Amino acid sequence: MASETAALSAGLRHRLRDSDLFRSFRRSPVTVVAAAITAILVLAALLAPLIAPHNPYDAASLNLLDARDPPAWQAGGDWSYPLGTDDQGRDMLSAILYGMRTSLGISVAAVLLAMALGIALGLLAGYAGGWIDTVIMRIADVQLSFPVILIALLVDGIARALLPHAQQDRIAPYVIVLAIASATWVQFARTVRGSTMVERAKEYVQAARVTGVHPALIAWRHVLPNAMGPVLVIATLNLAFAIQTEAALSFLGLGLPVTEPSLGTLIRVGDDFIFSGEWRWMLLYPAIALAGLALAVNMLGDWLRDALNPKLR
Amino acid sequence: MIAFVLRRLAQSVAVMLTVALFAFLLFRFVGDPVNNMVGQDTSLQDREKLRQALGLEDPVPVQFLHFVGRALRGDFGISYQYARPVGAIIAERLPATLELSFTAAFLALALGLPLGVYTGLHRDGRAARLLLALSLVGVSLPVFLTGILLILLFSVALGWLPSFGRGDVVQLGGWATGFLTLSGIKSLILPAITLALLQATFIMRLVRAEMLEVLRTDYIKFARARGLPDRIVNLGHALKNTLVPVITITGLQLGGIIAFAVVTESVFQWPGMGFLLVQAINFADIPVMAAYLVLVSFFFVLINLIVDILYYVVDPRLRIDRSAAGAHGF
Repeated sequence: MASETAALSAGLRHRLRDSDLFRSFRRSPVTVVAAAITAILVLAALLAPLIAPHNPYDAASLNLLDARDPPAWQAGGDWSYPLGTDDQGRDMLSAILYGMRTSLGISVAAVLLAMALGIALGLLAGYAGGWIDTVIMRIADVQLSFPVILIALLVDGIARALLPHAQQDRIAPYVIVLAIASATWVQFARTVRGSTMVERAKEYVQAARVTGVHPALIAWRHVLPNAMGPVLVIATLNLAFAIQTEAALSFLGLGLPVTEPSLGTLIRVGDDFIFSGEWRWMLLYPAIALAGLALAVNMLGDWLRDALNPKLR
Repeated sequence: MIAFVLRRLAQSVAVMLTVALFAFLLFRFVGDPVNNMVGQDTSLQDREKLRQALGLEDPVPVQFLHFVGRALRGDFGISYQYARPVGAIIAERLPATLELSFTAAFLALALGLPLGVYTGLHRDGRAARLLLALSLVGVSLPVFLTGILLILLFSVALGWLPSFGRGDVVQLGGWATGFLTLSGIKSLILPAITLALLQATFIMRLVRAEMLEVLRTDYIKFARARGLPDRIVNLGHALKNTLVPVITITGLQLGGIIAFAVVTESVFQWPGMGFLLVQAINFADIPVMAAYLVLVSFFFVLINLIVDILYYVVDPRLRIDRSAAGAHGF
């Protein structure tokens, strides 16, 4: 079993190295840089508990005397707080690392949920056809005529109105995931439905059907792999969008509570000091982290779209 | 043409009814209309009487019809948060949002269209590549961050422009406009740019892609071979044929502008409908949310309808196809 997986992964490695995708990746230095930045930021977010100098959730370690310390290289700075501290004496670097972890976690969860929902409904619509197809696609059409951010806002608002007030802070992350996912599943569903209808008519699928393979298995094993390219592109571009939307919701005070560092809440806190004339690091560094992360992921998505588009080869 | 418009109109009405149903369900079942109209000391009998008076005991389909009837007259009930009729609150806020949105849409087009043509014509030029890279930054920068950075630069560091509010407004009938005072126009600049930048990058990238596609076609090569001047080929032949997708996307972008106005208005504390919506979500002010949903959907449906009709004006092929099909009895 182990040697089998090893042989498989070696074969995969060869196929990957010789693939068009990998070649186009190496040919585009901008994409390599974007991938490197994404990898570093994701790694930093994942390892936040290990590499962050302080724990921003540990209220006992906060010292108000250290509040609003400037970054280390400025006058009055201190290397135990490399990027300075916020108004509570929280280390900015640690808060950004943990915040990125929260933002990324929520965004990835939202994209995965949207993808699962979209793939399931797209396969169902494309494979079943008939009234099921009509109903799903009509809902998708109506939803598509509304901007995604607006749907996320409204779902967020409705969920907040429905849920008990006392629990709101605790369930806020799930509400955001739901809001973003329910706003973005349509793109996945339409793409998967399109590929399904193309594949369904092909002979190998009909052969599988004649031999008595279960429709769900056909959809999963034969139809879905053919749709994975565009799905991957949509997922990457949607990840950038999800990162931005989480930040926007949290910034508006409709996402995570201020006690929970995410890139959006950090910018919200920093924005309160925008007119102070000083303490600008509280706003600037989380803003740079957010913009950098969204930009790098967007560039990866853009490259992937062009690389997988046969028309542009 | 008339049949087409009628069919589109019927579709629009169907979409609006779906949205109205959604808003009604929200209004009726998510919020409790009675609980939010009375104080704590109202007796159960009084509540029951109020329920009767409000028609909440009627069958749900009848209630829905009443809801639609009231919505058509602009009556969306009482705001929980302000204890005033929602229709009146929205009427006060509407001019601010519309002035901001249309200014932003105009800016986005005025910026995106020429830049898109330029980057399409000089696809390998240095300036075009720089613009394209910048546009990706523009797409990646969240709208609220653009707003904050503009405030930081032009309000805090330079002190040139105000960072919040609408400035002085002038009442024209029921319409409070900020276009007629200096402080009104100064206040409009930063939020309008914030809102326009993202859409301008979308329009630019789209026009560029369409231009590249059209410039490859045979009739452009033929036009050049005939010795037509570049300006006529590029603008008269090429640009004109990119306009159909550009009109669609720009129309849809107008919807995006109204949506992102929510974020922009919050950053700049612009007293419009978007700012109102954020407050409503925070206070679980269901009637305001329901009214906002219906009104904004109405805008979107209207925009989509206008875009579809504009197709006919811009693209003569659509008209010919239809009449030819008709003549042959299909």
